[in-house]
Amino acid sequence: MSEFLQQLLNGLSLGAIYALIALGYTMVYGVLRFINFAHSEVFMVGAFIGYYLGKLVPEGTLWGGLLVLAGAMIGCAILGILVERIVYRPLRGGPTINVLITAIGVSLLLQYTGQIVFGAAPRTFPPIFPAANFHLGTLTISSNQLFVIGVAVALMIGLQLIVFKTKIGTAMRAVSLNPKAAQLVGVNNNVVISFTFGLGSALAAAGGILYALNYPSIDPLMGVMPGLKAFVAAILGGIGNIPGAALGGLILGTVETFIGGSQFSTYKDAIAFAILIVILLCKPAGLLGKFTAEKV
Amino acid sequence: MLQVSGLQVSYGAIAALRGISFTIPEGAIVTLIGGNGAGKTTTLRTISGLLRAKTGKVEFLGEDITALPAHQIVARGLSHVPEGRMVFSNLTVEENLSMGAYLLSDKALIAKNRDYVFSIFPRMKERLKQTAGTLSGGEQQMLAIGRALMGNPKFLMLDEPSLGIAPRLISTIFEKIVEINKNHGITILLVEQNANLALEISQQAYVLETGSIVMSGESKKLRADPQLKATYLGG
Repeated sequence: MSEFLQQLLNGLSLGAIYALIALGYTMVYGVLRFINFAHSEVFMVGAFIGYYLGKLVPEGTLWGGLLVLAGAMIGCAILGILVERIVYRPLRGGPTINVLITAIGVSLLLQYTGQIVFGAAPRTFPPIFPAANFHLGTLTISSNQLFVIGVAVALMIGLQLIVFKTKIGTAMRAVSLNPKAAQLVGVNNNVVISFTFGLGSALAAAGGILYALNYPSIDPLMGVMPGLKAFVAAILGGIGNIPGAALGGLILGTVETFIGGSQFSTYKDAIAFAILIVILLCKPAGLLGKFTAEKV
Repeated sequence: MLQVSGLQVSYGAIAALRGISFTIPEGAIVTLIGGNGAGKTTTLRTISGLLRAKTGKVEFLGEDITALPAHQIVARGLSHVPEGRMVFSNLTVEENLSMGAYLLSDKALIAKNRDYVFSIFPRMKERLKQTAGTLSGGEQQMLAIGRALMGNPKFLMLDEPSLGIAPRLISTIFEKIVEINKNHGITILLVEQNANLALEISQQAYVLETGSIVMSGESKKLRADPQLKATYLGG
């Protein structure tokens, strides 16, 4: 029983990170109907911004850690907005496949620019938050796990408030439902799209920092696997659906952790995709998604 | 109030509008009638900035708005209720209405506009918390018009408000259109396939055929025109 709870806790903290990244995929899909494959590299850049900022603040302090987190989120928000502005916007109006392939190009560009700028060798992420282990019966909870879950939950609640309670959030939903009608009531769709990229990228940066806290070896290719899994999580929950992305992330992280702790641990990465295939066979629109036929 | 001159629009190689010109005086209801594919919707979309003109000019209140993006055209008081209503289906009626006031920040004015919408379409008040996608076609049309009114327009363009609506609701909606024009002084450009109805409530009409204006004049006179009767008014 205690092993089960321990694994559940580990799984949820991994799943919370996947969820944060998945939210960015799903929000961008919501407003632009394409998958931003460069999103996983934004996650990586977030971890590296955290790495460099972490050297500027004293290690192991709460305020220092939060400062690093905020800095990385702001940095990545700017990166996401710039990528959309410079690369994706000129292609808007053309076939979606063009943007999709360009996104893969941006992803590779960021990976290999990362290797030049940061170096290809893995670096050790500094312990920016205070570290301690708490024991609850036989259960061991690390302070990092608490930070991961705490920060992820706080950010997801914040996102929910932005999307459902603010004017710009309502505009995001309106653009996602009908971009033409949104323009006709006076929404500047470019502003909403930039905002969406900024918001999604900030969440990916937070995901990058939290991931690096738990797996402190970071390198420019670190985004590939978590990015892919978060993409699966977004599809699993129903692409374009915000609660779906969070749910998909939690499911995927938990299942992966349980498989990792079993005799089938070699297959833990493959399982993510096996789940995806099964879910899509039974529910083509994902767990919380609504199936809408694409007009041709 | 609105002056369109020499407007040409094409989709790739296909010409949709072949240089049309017309004027709409302040306070009037003007209608644009014509068959399927005549270019009525294209005309409205070009005026509201959803489509770009190849040549020609659109002037609103003396200002050239031809090259402005759609969201800046709405900001000048020209509102377009699109064909097929285009309500935000997953948003509630309340959220749809507040989206209509997206460009307004004066809370008192927004509340006043809301009361005005409720006075015209009391049913919207009853449906406030319902998502727009669950409304009937007629109710969605009311919502689409209400959403446009929330932005305090001076000029309203309505694209096929009778399309896909229960017949008994059509006359209600047309009565409301007249009411909006008379009591609130909003100039209206009405695009309709139901030419009889459109000519009945308008003062002036333009007839569009394959991208050109083929006839224009007072609505009363056009209703009596034998040629128009044969083509659009069902004998």
